[in-house]
Amino acid sequence: MSIPSPANVLKEELKTKLLKPDVVSGSEILLRCLLLEGVECVFGYPGGAVLYIYDAMHGNADFHHLLTRHEQGAIHAADGYARSTGKVGVCIATSGPGATNLVTGIATAYMDSIPLVVITGNVVSPLIGTDAFQEVDITGITMPVTKHSYLVRSVEELPRVIHEAFHIAGTGRKGPVLIDIPKDISAKRAEFRPVHEVSIRGYNPTTDPNKLQVDKMIRAIREAEQPVIIAGGGVVSADASAELIEFVEKTRIPVATTLLGLGGFPSGHELWMGMPGNHGTYTANMAIQNADLLISIGARFDDRVTMELKGFAPKAKKIVHIDIDPAEIGKNVKPDIPVVGHVKNVLAYANTKATAAPDSAWLERIEQMKRDYPLRYKDSETELKPQFVIEMINETTKGEAIITTDVGQHQMWVAQYYKFRRPRSIVTSGGLGTMGFGFPSAIGAQMGNPDKLVVSINGDGGIQMCSQELAVCAINDIPVKIVVINNQVLGMVRQWQEIIYDQRYSHIDLSGSPDFVKLAEAYGVKGLRATNKEEARRVWQEALDTPGPVLIDFRVCKHENVYPMVTQGNTIDKMLMGDEE
Amino acid sequence: MIDSRHTISVLVNNQPGVLQRVAGLFGRRGYNIDSITVGASEEAGLSRMIIVTSGDDATMEQIEKQLYKLIDVIKVIDLSSNPNVEREVALIKVTAEPSARPEILGVVETFRASVVDIGPSALIVQAVGSADKIDAIVELLRPYGIRELSRTGVTAMIRSLK
Repeated sequence: MSIPSPANVLKEELKTKLLKPDVVSGSEILLRCLLLEGVECVFGYPGGAVLYIYDAMHGNADFHHLLTRHEQGAIHAADGYARSTGKVGVCIATSGPGATNLVTGIATAYMDSIPLVVITGNVVSPLIGTDAFQEVDITGITMPVTKHSYLVRSVEELPRVIHEAFHIAGTGRKGPVLIDIPKDISAKRAEFRPVHEVSIRGYNPTTDPNKLQVDKMIRAIREAEQPVIIAGGGVVSADASAELIEFVEKTRIPVATTLLGLGGFPSGHELWMGMPGNHGTYTANMAIQNADLLISIGARFDDRVTMELKGFAPKAKKIVHIDIDPAEIGKNVKPDIPVVGHVKNVLAYANTKATAAPDSAWLERIEQMKRDYPLRYKDSETELKPQFVIEMINETTKGEAIITTDVGQHQMWVAQYYKFRRPRSIVTSGGLGTMGFGFPSAIGAQMGNPDKLVVSINGDGGIQMCSQELAVCAINDIPVKIVVINNQVLGMVRQWQEIIYDQRYSHIDLSGSPDFVKLAEAYGVKGLRATNKEEARRVWQEALDTPGPVLIDFRVCKHENVYPMVTQGNTIDKMLMGDEE
Repeated sequence: MIDSRHTISVLVNNQPGVLQRVAGLFGRRGYNIDSITVGASEEAGLSRMIIVTSGDDATMEQIEKQLYKLIDVIKVIDLSSNPNVEREVALIKVTAEPSARPEILGVVETFRASVVDIGPSALIVQAVGSADKIDAIVELLRPYGIRELSRTGVTAMIRSLK
């Protein structure tokens, strides 16, 4: 495996070399700045407007770049790297189509608050605005889906811009920052003057909470009889998992983890109720609907969690909303106790005062619901069930693998049946729901975690949206285990068409897709197939025992639905449980 | 909740694209813009935008918070919650045959407006005042035939407190 060792702590020798005030090109300045920010690996694709930047990489042994087969693959890889490591992910693309191919990836990161620095080339400055070859206004195009963006106007400002971009991407509510560098600026030479300070007048995120607000929450907990916590992606983003566990164990409040919050609180903990919302567990949804105190920690009351907002948590006498982003507070749900701050800081302070919520009858009721309404599916000895495959992966990896998913039914089954034990072990596009994300994001996750098992779980639809990156796995021997939950159909769309559109199945048939085993083999990746449980166990073990990348085509039954399911317009206690058939 | 009119002052970095960032935010989140003016502020490098919008309290709170998320936004003040001065300039080209001029000049005088250009058959009237006052003079001049109307949009500031 040719994954470079993490260069977290820059060697002094390298640092001295990088900091030398030589007169160098803008491209060399860019690479030096990236290395000084601690960047271990950049994902990218060259082209005309970034030729100087790629020229500077030539023969540069300190700088690691992974060539993908599509710019979308590059940015999803950078995203997977960022989600799984907590560091800022970096990708590079050329102007025009290179840049526009990044847009889906930028929006994916923006919706889930993932820190990325996205570098695009642009045409030479004098040609900007003339509809030159491969010119687009990428800062304009991406304005609604970036946290901030820069169009670099002089080579001298490059070090400041790059340092600011990393600061903005990785602090506060994290997100993607785009730096557009015209070709003449990447060519122009200037003395390298690194920037170490950052001072941005309009950017000063509140990280320490108002303690009086936290005290109010502590009092509300003392008075609550049926409290519930919803823990979201903010817990993971803030690296506040340990603080959350301490808080929960002190207060004895049951926890629901959102899709992005999975792993932020260990699945399987006695106070864990599973995921709430659209495909949430019975217990999580009913607990929220019966809660007299609802505490949202780093979750933004997304519509897939709340479903019908009128009638969400109707019995809550008090709602606490903890978020780093003041704009999230009151956006969807008006809280009684808003707390703006970094989740880690908020919980660290709360933990100094937290005491147990009084009522143990509530916990007994939660336990009863967990026993009476566990997640379940009808297993089969003749057909391979997708839920069985996920359970099998969970059991064999003991919930310790990094799992990336694509979008659709398999994503929900992963969220339900894989028991994530650690933060940053699920890599999934929650907000944007980006098909094509699952596989390339696993490449990035593996680059950031060379010693861990990375399993990419995809549907047969999504894998075809970025399958070209199989080449990257093969050439670089990146040992991702690529699972295809192959039901020959766009399953989630099929499910909606079955349940909501009177079985009017429109354009969901994926039969005639390539033989995925042969596709993998065409790229030089080992391919395996399973059509029943026995084969599934055997080939999965073979995949785990294979040192390099493997694609496993699990031929699962076509008509399986994800349950529980709350349909649009219904409150989360109105669940279809799948027994209705 | 009732929508009400608000005048917001937004101090921004004078950076390329800053108007697009602010206007784009209003557009994509469905906030209304009645008028927007941009110009220099008291500090070099910073511009001041005055935006007239409308919304209920929750919308106004979101507008302020979302504006603050823009890195180039330094300060947001809802001027409507304070005693303030609002002014707008309008240039009104009104048909004015010599026979109609005395009447028109009467209107101009009443509104403390002024005539800034006289042509053979038209006058340009310059009016300064609150948006309501501009509305009023425009309505009074309309019967004579308004050929062209150009309004700057509102600019405003909070009154100095004693």
